[in-house]
Amino acid sequence: MKQVNGPWFVPVLLVMSILLPLNQGYCGALENFKGMEGTISIAGGTAHIPVMNDAAKNIMTFNPAVRITVEGGGSGIGVQKVGEGLVDIGNTGRALSPVEIEKYGLKSYPFALDGVATVVHPRNPVADLSPEEIRDIFAEKITNWKEVGGKDAAIHLFSRDEASGTREVFWKKLLDKGPVATSANIVPSNGAMKVAVAQDPEAIGYVSIGHVDESVKAVSLAGVAASQENALNGSYPVVRKLYMNTRGDPSRLVQAFIDYILSPDGAEIIKRHGYFSLQ
Amino acid sequence: MQAGRKYSFRSRQVVEKWVEGALLVATVISAVAIVSILLLLVCFCLPLFTSGELGEVFSLQWRPFGGRYGILPMCAGSLALSLLALALAFPPAIGICFLAHSLAPPAVARFLVTLIHFMTGIPTVIYGFVSVFLLVPRMRDWLEAGTGFTLLTAALTLSILILPTIALVFHARLERIDPNLRLASGAMGFAPIEQVRHVLIPAASQGLLTAAILGFGRAIGDTLISLMLAGNAPQFPASLFTSVRSLTAHIALVLATDSASMAYQSVFASGLILFLLIGVINLFIRRFDRISKRDVYEKHL
Repeated sequence: MKQVNGPWFVPVLLVMSILLPLNQGYCGALENFKGMEGTISIAGGTAHIPVMNDAAKNIMTFNPAVRITVEGGGSGIGVQKVGEGLVDIGNTGRALSPVEIEKYGLKSYPFALDGVATVVHPRNPVADLSPEEIRDIFAEKITNWKEVGGKDAAIHLFSRDEASGTREVFWKKLLDKGPVATSANIVPSNGAMKVAVAQDPEAIGYVSIGHVDESVKAVSLAGVAASQENALNGSYPVVRKLYMNTRGDPSRLVQAFIDYILSPDGAEIIKRHGYFSLQ
Repeated sequence: MQAGRKYSFRSRQVVEKWVEGALLVATVISAVAIVSILLLLVCFCLPLFTSGELGEVFSLQWRPFGGRYGILPMCAGSLALSLLALALAFPPAIGICFLAHSLAPPAVARFLVTLIHFMTGIPTVIYGFVSVFLLVPRMRDWLEAGTGFTLLTAALTLSILILPTIALVFHARLERIDPNLRLASGAMGFAPIEQVRHVLIPAASQGLLTAAILGFGRAIGDTLISLMLAGNAPQFPASLFTSVRSLTAHIALVLATDSASMAYQSVFASGLILFLLIGVINLFIRRFDRISKRDVYEKHL
């Protein structure tokens, strides 16, 4: 420790003593990348992208010899690409099916908990919907906002594509595998859903809670806010785990990446993007 | 040419032989690629034929989580979208061609041709992106057309995309028309607009058809515009303001699903349909180019 020669240093020391333990973990996880080089390619679930990007940025800043590429594509693409050996890590927003695990010999690493929120336009006065109302809206039994306490306007339905992990959890856990009207517009990613709903005052859709920002409004579900706290304590039921998947055992470099995501520092990134770390 | 003289006749022959060989290899590679794509598609579709699930794929409803895998709504969506886009793009494209060819002053004509060339270079995604933020809200607010992601929205944007294709093809055909035809009609006192009406249009009727068919092919093959703007709802196009899903968008959306599922199989059927459709379009063009030699007024260079 350096010589302290003035009272001005006391607050700095205090701050450091708080940050140091955190910093230790940070260095510890990144330390694994020392002396390594090579590339890690990642593809799949779009909910994972913010976390993957930040982790990649930190690692590549720490050790520029490591290159990490992050692509989207959706959970289905994640399974296919990692299974065919096209990428090192395939992300999914759902657990793998036994068929998929057997076919490709995949290993799964769950790392975060994510909720799926029903979203509407920020100017929409409707702030709370019951699960039954949401089911009826998506089945086109309710077609006007005034039936659920909004203004007199047609409801514009937005849903996700067949391969989406977000769609799967929303459909299973909130719609109870009920029908979705064929007239619903289909968008291919969480980002596209946000753009569509943010533009349309009469829209209703659903996105991963990590993607919710001021451009859309997450409605509460029968009084329970769609927040990560409620997702974690179990009161908000529409949740899923986010997984990284590798084919067989990962290489040393890929293992280091997975360890980093699972480290306290990874947890910090996960939390920053609105998800909850499973560690 | 000057350099050519340095070589003897014999060595030039050798070089030409090599060039010929290289070109032949390139041709064979492309031909084999096309044929193997077709074979691959057929192979992937084969389970559908043998398992008797073909009827399921060519049915009227797409509800993959309710066990219905019909892709006919997507076929109808693709056709409606492409025909509408063609109907929207064809008249202005042809108008631009006649303007640039014979009606407008040379400076304007040059500008038009440059503009059309420039338009061909704009990436599809730019049109899609701009339309999402400009056209979609207008459609929704002004026409009260549901979400704004509709057949008409996509067709309008698609028409801008295929307009330069149609215009370029047709303009090239106009340029090839024997200038003596125009000189003769001009000498007989036809005004420029009358020349277009009574001489150029009849003489270029074949070019009109070719341009339209090529434009249609470009429209039906486009993925991004319909994926971004048509709404992708798997339903029949009941009006201009319904959301539709094209075959191409269907492939893009479903390709990522579990590869063992029936939904995944339907992707290959969609691919095969598209491939055959484009093939048929090309055959049509070839046929029309060959028939009625009597009425050809184009100079073949």
